[in-house]
Amino acid sequence: MVETLHNLYIGFAVALSPNVLLYAFVGCVIGTLVGVLPGVGPLAGISLLLPASFGLDATSAIVLLAGIYYGAMYGGSTTSILMRIPGEAASVMTCIDGYEMTRKGRAGAALAVAAVGSYVAGTVSVVALMLLAPPLASFALRFGPPEYFALLLLGLLMLAYMSGGSILKSLAMATLGLLLGMIGIDPMTGFFRFSYGLVELGDGIGVVPVAVGLFGLSEILLTAGQPTPPEVKKPRLRELLPSRQEWRASLWPIGRGTVLGFLIGIIPGSAHIISSFVSYAVERRLSKHPERFGQGAIEGVAGPESANNSATSGAFVPMLALGVPSGPIPAVMIAAMMVHGISPGPLLIAQQPQLFWGFIASMYVGNVVLLILNLPLVGIFVNVLKVPYPLLYPSILIFCVLGVYAVNGSVVDVGIMTVMGALGYVLRKFDFETAPVVLGLILAPMMEMSFRQSLSMSSGSYGIFINRPIALVMLVVGLALLVLSVAPWLMKTLDWRQRFGLASGQEK
Amino acid sequence: MTTDRLSGAVLVVFALLVIFESRHYPLGTFRLPGPAFVPILLASLLLIFGMLLVFTSGDAPRISSIRWTEWHHAAAILAASVFAVFATERLGYRLTVLLIVGFLIKVVERRGWMQTLGLAFGLAFGSFYLFYTLLRVPLPEGPFGF
Repeated sequence: MVETLHNLYIGFAVALSPNVLLYAFVGCVIGTLVGVLPGVGPLAGISLLLPASFGLDATSAIVLLAGIYYGAMYGGSTTSILMRIPGEAASVMTCIDGYEMTRKGRAGAALAVAAVGSYVAGTVSVVALMLLAPPLASFALRFGPPEYFALLLLGLLMLAYMSGGSILKSLAMATLGLLLGMIGIDPMTGFFRFSYGLVELGDGIGVVPVAVGLFGLSEILLTAGQPTPPEVKKPRLRELLPSRQEWRASLWPIGRGTVLGFLIGIIPGSAHIISSFVSYAVERRLSKHPERFGQGAIEGVAGPESANNSATSGAFVPMLALGVPSGPIPAVMIAAMMVHGISPGPLLIAQQPQLFWGFIASMYVGNVVLLILNLPLVGIFVNVLKVPYPLLYPSILIFCVLGVYAVNGSVVDVGIMTVMGALGYVLRKFDFETAPVVLGLILAPMMEMSFRQSLSMSSGSYGIFINRPIALVMLVVGLALLVLSVAPWLMKTLDWRQRFGLASGQEK
Repeated sequence: MTTDRLSGAVLVVFALLVIFESRHYPLGTFRLPGPAFVPILLASLLLIFGMLLVFTSGDAPRISSIRWTEWHHAAAILAASVFAVFATERLGYRLTVLLIVGFLIKVVERRGWMQTLGLAFGLAFGSFYLFYTLLRVPLPEGPFGF
């Protein structure tokens, strides 16, 4: 504990240096804007700003990108509460009761509870991240290729199980992503696979063009032709104080949302989205008056908003301790770290203590910055939404092109983004989730490498995956998830998605 | 025809295509997989998922239930993205952005010249200044010096 506090002291020395502090502030402001703008989620925002971070030192770059990530989580609540438009997917549940509160003239209270809940969840979850990541990293030093293969397989199965829609469709999309990840040089033999003479594909398809295409561009394609958004209601500063009863009602939902969010955040998948859904369902189930949900219940704002912010920190645990991304956003952040010559993984904390603890401390600072930003300045951020979408989307499109081009200075990447944008547009029309595609693409090279390395280690014996206890446990958990996923489908009963009202369609 | 049946059929065709294209690479053996082993394994999985979608999704929404009301905009935006692929390095970043934004605001959105020119010039030169000059992100300059 003393060592942790000493390390945190080093971290604060880094985080409070003017340079890093400035980038934390800039990241939070950009993140809030990204969260407020419909169609530009945290993933697209981080991807677009990735090239701009190349000129910075590693700590400043990671602090900037992390600021965008949790800033977007805060910002997404503003449009949900005031306009019933989720700025990003994790804010969907906030729309339900948040907007109803706005209609009843309690927009200020909803915004305040969302901001305070986000602050509490963000801060508490950083403490958990700080305590959990170092021991997990020490444990992960025992991992070899079979353990990594089992972990990555478990991650994909977990994503399919936890995703909102049909499991079959999620598994198909994850497989499609894995197949896309096969493009490029085979690291074991040097064969160029599926590159069709394009040298740029030698290193494989980049995460950024795929992510920006599937999330950013497809969103523009879907929304550009839609009618203009409804009128924006701007709360006054004096309306921002919730009543004592509202505070009391929010207390436990914030606590439960924080714990739930962090635990779900560690699990691979679209954690921040799922955590807000689960938190809402839990609050409704625990409430003595569940009929108030959907009519402006403050618990329906406090729980999900705390959960999605807490999940943000949770997602950093496997990223920093194992070097394994739990979703597309940590994957882009890993890419950013690698650009600066840093490999996240079990040795990161020992080899780069200043970066790790500076990053942790900057998250405390970032949460304070966001609390200050989100309450008094809400009116300023809301003004962005007054720009008509026909004038806004060309700008977003240009930033998509610019961000993707700048990563490698390659127009092939812009082409990939365009193809992925069209694919994402069609997939979303047909009710497919696109997050598993990105996660599959990211995990494919690691997964194939660890699979083939494992077989080389065992002279071709598949027994290596069950003879090693850690790998075996992870494979058994993965198998159990698969059985749990298939059971409701076979037995025609409801699984957890339908019970929580998450499934977009029935399991076929 | 339901949406899931059609998408399942497309996945099946795609999986078969991947298996066919994998013939160029050594498959290896079960104990010592070659470069084609994992792609074929994954394509086979995709084939199974696609077939399951085809055969088990009779009660999914029908294709006719999908609305494509925004397709004009979507096609124009995709055309602008394709233009960016071919023009960025030939015409330079600023001229490409100028043309794309001009096309989208004036032709697609039918806004006035003032809005079109203001936004097009502002975005082209403003974003170039921000990223190229201030953030030092390399962006292509065209044959006309911008």
